[in-house]
Amino acid sequence: MNLVVPIKMVPDLVEELVIDASGARLDPDTVRLKLNELDEHAIEQAILLKEKGASQVVVVAPDIEGIDEVLFTAAAKGADRLIKLTGRWSYDVSNRALARVLANFIKTLRPELILTGVQAHNDLDGAVGPALAEHLGMAYVGYVSGVLITDGSARVRKEFPGGLIAEMRVQLPAVLGIQAAEKPPRYVPISKIRATMKTATIETFPAAELETIGAPVNVRLSPPETRERALMIEGDVNAVAARLVEIFKEHGVL
Amino acid sequence: MNPDIFVVIEHLRGQVSDLSYVMLAAARVLANATGGKVIAVLLGHDVESLARDLAADRVLYIEHAAFADFSSDAYQRTLENVIKEHAPRAVLFGDTTIGGDVAAWLSTRLNLPLVSACRTVYAADSTLKFVSQICGGKMMAEGELPGPTTLVMMVPGGYKPEQGRAAQAPELVRGTAPALDDLRVTVNEYIEPAVGDVDIAKEAILVSVGRGIQNQDNIELAEELAKVLGGVVSGSRPVIDQGWLPPTRLVGKSGKSVKPRLYLALGISGAPEHVEAISNAEMIVAINTDPAAPIFNLAKFGAQVDILDLMPVLTEYVQQARGG
Repeated sequence: MNLVVPIKMVPDLVEELVIDASGARLDPDTVRLKLNELDEHAIEQAILLKEKGASQVVVVAPDIEGIDEVLFTAAAKGADRLIKLTGRWSYDVSNRALARVLANFIKTLRPELILTGVQAHNDLDGAVGPALAEHLGMAYVGYVSGVLITDGSARVRKEFPGGLIAEMRVQLPAVLGIQAAEKPPRYVPISKIRATMKTATIETFPAAELETIGAPVNVRLSPPETRERALMIEGDVNAVAARLVEIFKEHGVL
Repeated sequence: MNPDIFVVIEHLRGQVSDLSYVMLAAARVLANATGGKVIAVLLGHDVESLARDLAADRVLYIEHAAFADFSSDAYQRTLENVIKEHAPRAVLFGDTTIGGDVAAWLSTRLNLPLVSACRTVYAADSTLKFVSQICGGKMMAEGELPGPTTLVMMVPGGYKPEQGRAAQAPELVRGTAPALDDLRVTVNEYIEPAVGDVDIAKEAILVSVGRGIQNQDNIELAEELAKVLGGVVSGSRPVIDQGWLPPTRLVGKSGKSVKPRLYLALGISGAPEHVEAISNAEMIVAINTDPAAPIFNLAKFGAQVDILDLMPVLTEYVQQARGG
C-alpha cells in the first residue's frame, strides 16, 4: 500500500496580511508561510495508516521557501520519502495549476491512496484533491475524519453538518480530502527534526510547466468591510473584567 | 450563450439545506443581470416533494436510486452531463461536504473556471462578479465570473435563506441519470452525532474557547468561568481536533449551530466556518489578542487581552457580583 500526501504552504494568519501594490495578491515579501493545517492532518492520517500496515508514505510538495523543514518534520514523524518539485513556483499558485503538476508527477508513483487536506484557507478555485482525482481517474471523497483500509477499498468517515457522519466505501485507488486525522497531529521535538535532517534526503524532480487556465480572473483583494465593529473595552484585565460584569448585568445574563 | 443560472440543490435525509436557499437567492441576482432563468437541479430518490418551496423558475429533477445517499461519483457523472447539455452561464454549488466533492472535479473535467468561498455576487458593466471570503475571514477577494460558463462554490452569510424560498411550487421537468450501477463511492451507514451530557444548541450561556486556550490544562479555567456564569464550555474546531473537548461541544460548520443569550468567544479568531454557526447568538463578546481577528466584526463587545490572564480574574469578579 503506497500512500502519497501532496501538501502546500499557505500564509500564516497570525501575521499581519499586507496586500501588494497590484492589489491582486498578498505581498510576497511580507507574507510568512506555514504548512496548510489540514495537510498536516493528512500527513498524520497517512502515518497512522502506515502504523496499521501500509508500506510507504511519500510526501510531495512544490519547492517553495520553508518546505525543507516541513518535509524533514514529516520524516521525523515517520514519512518514508520526501519529494519536492522544482520549478517557478509562487506560494499563491492556483490550485488548478498545482493539481495538474502534482498529477503529472504522482502518477509515476502509482499510489493506491492519496491523502491531502480537504481545503486551505487561501483556496479561491476549489481544493487540490478533487482536481487531482479527476486528472488521475480516481474516486474522491472529502471532509474525511477517519480511514480504514480493507481489501481493495477504503472505509472512510465523511463529515456532514451537525455532527452526522457517513461511513462510506471507496474503491481504490482514490483521493481523500482530510478534514481531521483520527488523532491530533503528533508533536516531534526540534532535536528529532534536526537529527532527521542529517539522515533523511529530499529528492527533487522538475515540475511540469505551470498553466494558469481556469484560475479566477481580475481578482482584487481587500480587508473585510467592518460595518459594525465590536465596541472595544480598553484597559488591563481588571478593567475588562469589571466592565464585562456590568455588561452581563445590563443584558440580564448575570 | 445560455443565460440561465443553475443551482445544485443540497439535501440529505429528506431535508434541503439552508445554503441551497441562499444559493437560489444569489442565482436570482445573476439571472436578473443575464436575463436568464434560475434552474434548480435536484438529484434524488423519491424526493420530488423537496422541490415545492424552491424559489426557482424551473426544477430539473433527476430521479435515481443511487441518489438516496450522497455519492460523489454519482453526482459527478450526472452533473457532467447536465452541464455539457445546457452550458448555463453559471452553476452554483455549496462550498460544503457535498459541493466540495464535485465542483472542483467538474471544473477540471470540463475545463471550466471555478470560484470558491463565494459570499455574494453582483453584476457591473455587464460583467458578473463574485466576492469571496478567504484567509480565515481576514481577506475579501473580488473578481469576474468569466463566460460562457463558470462554476461557483458558495458559503452562507451573503443572503438569507428566506430569500430563496417560494410560496408556490415551481415548474418541474424530469431529466435522466446516466448509468450509475458501478459506483466507486457508496454509503455503508450513518453514524448519528454522539449525545453528550449537554446540548450546546440549547444552552443560554456559552463560554467558547479557540486556539488561544493553548493547551488542555487551560480548559479548566474556562470550565470555572462557565460554572460561575451558569453556562457550559464549547469550542472551535482546532480545540476539538486536539481532543481537548469532546466533539459534542463543537460550534461550527461540522458541529452545532448555537443561539445562546451570551456567546463569550475566548481566543477564537472567527473563521467563516465558525461564524456561520453563531450568527443567531443574541450577544457575542470576543476576547482576542489579535486586533485583526474577524470575530471583532461580529461581536457586540470586544477586548484585546490574553484570555489566560482574563479568565481567572473574570471568574472572581462574576463570583463577587453574585455575592459569593
